[in-house]
Amino acid sequence: MLLELARSTPSGGASRLKNLDYSVVQQCMHCGLCLPTCPTYEATKLERHGPRGRIAWMRSIADGELTAGQEFADEMYFCLGCLACATACPAGVDYARLFENARAEAEESGALDAPWRRFLRFVTLKWLFMESWRLQMLGLALRLYQQSGMQWILRHSGVLALLPQRLRELEAMTPTIQPRFSEELIAPRTFPPVGMPARYRVALLTGCAQDLVFSDVNLDTLEALRQNGCEVITPAHQPCCGSLHAHNGEWETAKDLARRQIDLFPPESFDAIITNAAGCGSHLKHYAALLKESPRYQKQAEEWDRKVKDIHEWLVEIDFRPPSSPAHPPQLAAYHEACHLCHGQKITAQPRQILKAIPGLNLVELAESDWCCGSAGIYNILQPKMANALLERKLAHIESSGAEIVATGNPGCLLHLHNGARRQGKNLRLAHPVSLLANAYRREAPQSS
Amino acid sequence: MLEILVGGALWTQLSSSMRLKKQILENLSAIVGADGVLTRREDLVPYSFDGTAAWRQLPGCVALAKSMAAIADILKLANRFKVPVVTRGSGTGLSGGSLPVPGCIVLCTAQMDSIVEVDGKNLTLLAEPGATTAKVAEAAEAAGLFYPPDPGSMKISTIGGNVAENSGGLRGLKYGVTRNYVMGMEVVLPQGERMWLGNKCVKDVAGYSLKDLFVGSEGTLGVIGKILLRLIPKPAARKTMLATFDEMERAAAAVSAIIAAKIIPCTLEFLDRTTIHCVEDFAKIGLPLDCEALLLMETDGHSAVVKEEAGEMARICKAQGCRELRTAQTEDEAARLASARRTAFSALARMAPTTILEDATVPRSELAAMIRFVDRTAKRHGLKIGTFGHMGDGNLHPTFLTDERKKEEMERVEEAFQEIFDEAIRLGGTITGEHGVGLAKKSFLPAFAGDAQMKVLRQLRQALDPAGILNPGKMFD
Repeated sequence: MLLELARSTPSGGASRLKNLDYSVVQQCMHCGLCLPTCPTYEATKLERHGPRGRIAWMRSIADGELTAGQEFADEMYFCLGCLACATACPAGVDYARLFENARAEAEESGALDAPWRRFLRFVTLKWLFMESWRLQMLGLALRLYQQSGMQWILRHSGVLALLPQRLRELEAMTPTIQPRFSEELIAPRTFPPVGMPARYRVALLTGCAQDLVFSDVNLDTLEALRQNGCEVITPAHQPCCGSLHAHNGEWETAKDLARRQIDLFPPESFDAIITNAAGCGSHLKHYAALLKESPRYQKQAEEWDRKVKDIHEWLVEIDFRPPSSPAHPPQLAAYHEACHLCHGQKITAQPRQILKAIPGLNLVELAESDWCCGSAGIYNILQPKMANALLERKLAHIESSGAEIVATGNPGCLLHLHNGARRQGKNLRLAHPVSLLANAYRREAPQSS
Repeated sequence: MLEILVGGALWTQLSSSMRLKKQILENLSAIVGADGVLTRREDLVPYSFDGTAAWRQLPGCVALAKSMAAIADILKLANRFKVPVVTRGSGTGLSGGSLPVPGCIVLCTAQMDSIVEVDGKNLTLLAEPGATTAKVAEAAEAAGLFYPPDPGSMKISTIGGNVAENSGGLRGLKYGVTRNYVMGMEVVLPQGERMWLGNKCVKDVAGYSLKDLFVGSEGTLGVIGKILLRLIPKPAARKTMLATFDEMERAAAAVSAIIAAKIIPCTLEFLDRTTIHCVEDFAKIGLPLDCEALLLMETDGHSAVVKEEAGEMARICKAQGCRELRTAQTEDEAARLASARRTAFSALARMAPTTILEDATVPRSELAAMIRFVDRTAKRHGLKIGTFGHMGDGNLHPTFLTDERKKEEMERVEEAFQEIFDEAIRLGGTITGEHGVGLAKKSFLPAFAGDAQMKVLRQLRQALDPAGILNPGKMFD
């Protein structure tokens, strides 16, 4: 029954790439300037693993010369979707759009179809990530596993060694669940500190992974917003933004989730809609294109796209107040750019500006700071080899930078880097820039929070 | 006519690949390993084009070489079975030189990409052919030295490809082109013999200068393997300036006046209005958008000289009625300006589905006349055009903004190019300044070179590659 239900979106037989505006596929003039920025091309020096080759392949499918079979599907999941190529492309190729269509086509072709995969996709994309309470249930189960001492016992008893290697690796990647979820920490409506007038009214999106693993980052985001004159609306039971679905070829579900978001946060009621997860933000800003066939939502979606702001972007836009807290003993911090912030949203200066404003924090530039760390959504689960190679490359740069703290604006990157550092036995402090900012505000005067 | 421009194979009509014999593929696998031979259509499509607009041809297979010995063995094999071989680096060429021919082996050197040695005592650098130009430049810089040639695609173009095409770049005016920095190379001849040409000596007159024959040979005489490059000390100072003009001719006149004042800046680049807008749209570095022409000027060398030359260039620009003059304040800003200029060709693709650029080159004294002619020609044929290029060395890049699917318009593009080449030759110029002949200029070469030169070219090729396996159909028949 479940498997029946799980059968993916209607296949229809029509090729998405064929139906795409041809000028999008034709836009690539194959100059190759994307190649040196593509992590998978750099690692293999094979054209099929680079943007130019992938686009040529997509175009061949659009032209009807090739079909989207198993190999194409595999390639589309070997691509990190980091969008470094889109930043490098002088010709303005919309790789994000090509890529999402290509993955959707790969899914709909059924080339990757297998009962276990169908089941897994159903459980995660169509069940788990559809309601926040289901995710929180999973969170509770994991929390129990971690806090009851069960995880400690299993990890230290050697029982885990009995598991197949891949499962053991996955167990080691399980994130530590926060003791409290966002809605337990954050009131539905919060005001600036006493004496500070509310200049803006904003909505705070608490996210999925962010809510389970980094509800503290949500709390820190709230604090940073309050300290800058924002009244913050944070409803409980928020739906997923749908980025996971769109990036994995489940468009219909993504549209459904977008409509639910807009219903919950009518954009006309807010000055801004704040997200603190780069991957979500990169998707959230494109609801208008996603909902272009829903006339009822079109106007709202356009306003929505304009008002969705990454927290760094918003704070700089409203000219955030530099914390006046006493400087700690100086600490060296590096900033790792989440792909969906720097490539997906072209936000590069603002997080650095925030970090530089924190007393006692000395920012050093990380080599290849805009090179993907390998986290890439669920890429580290699907493609562990490539993901680990990128992780090690990133950690090596961090090490040579001498940084004690690494700041980055995406939960996936934070987790991935955390796991990597732990595996290498490194004592590395990882934080969202907004957490460092909020802590600096908190140090200013105890009564303000 | 259209045949020449799009090779009869429009992008939308991918002609089928000729399958190679099983025996050949098995032998290739023995040389480069099974995963070093690509034969499936999915793997071949990404190797079926280069940096040109509309040509496409599937190869028979792609062989990924990882050593000089492998290159030699592949050529021996190809010679035995008389299979054509097309050498390819990153496939960014702009003349169709690395475009596959039907049933060929694409010999890809991209995976041979290390810098073997930087010799600070002799000021040389030894690189494998697949190392990118940027990697070569960075390795030189790390040793406090300088490798000047900087083609627009330097971030990804390979040094092997640069040597095979004798690539130019933005610094040609003062520093010359790739040829001026090649001291030696290991070449594999079509029969599989390997030979070293040149060495670390500044002076060497033993025999014909064969290395110079291979520079710019476009993959028709041998496969260029390891390359020994000449480096120079890094200039101590550099100043970058931007000047805007209300008329292209004023900019050209300023360039002539700078050269006449006996100043050789390292860069004198120009962009026309269309190109400025496209580049700014991409790079967002604050280029002025309200002018007809923009000059990017750079002088480098001893700091006192740089200061003096920059001052003189600024004076000349003002005397020629430049509207605004801006000096890059930091090294970083200067680098961003040059980097933005390098993206001009690709950025023009924002304007139209197909961009076809040429590199007609004229003596510097004829530059203003040539620019006027290009402009008139485009107007006469009702074509959209963006022009940029190396004003200091007379190397223009008129780029037609068109759509390969509009057959009739493509015919007009073709006619316009013919007229531009004729005019370039009439003014004492050449049909290609830095992109090479390949397929793009093949039909123009005989008239340009003349019978005697064509005869020598053919004899040379015949002598080195009697079986005609290397890049057949390219440059000339």
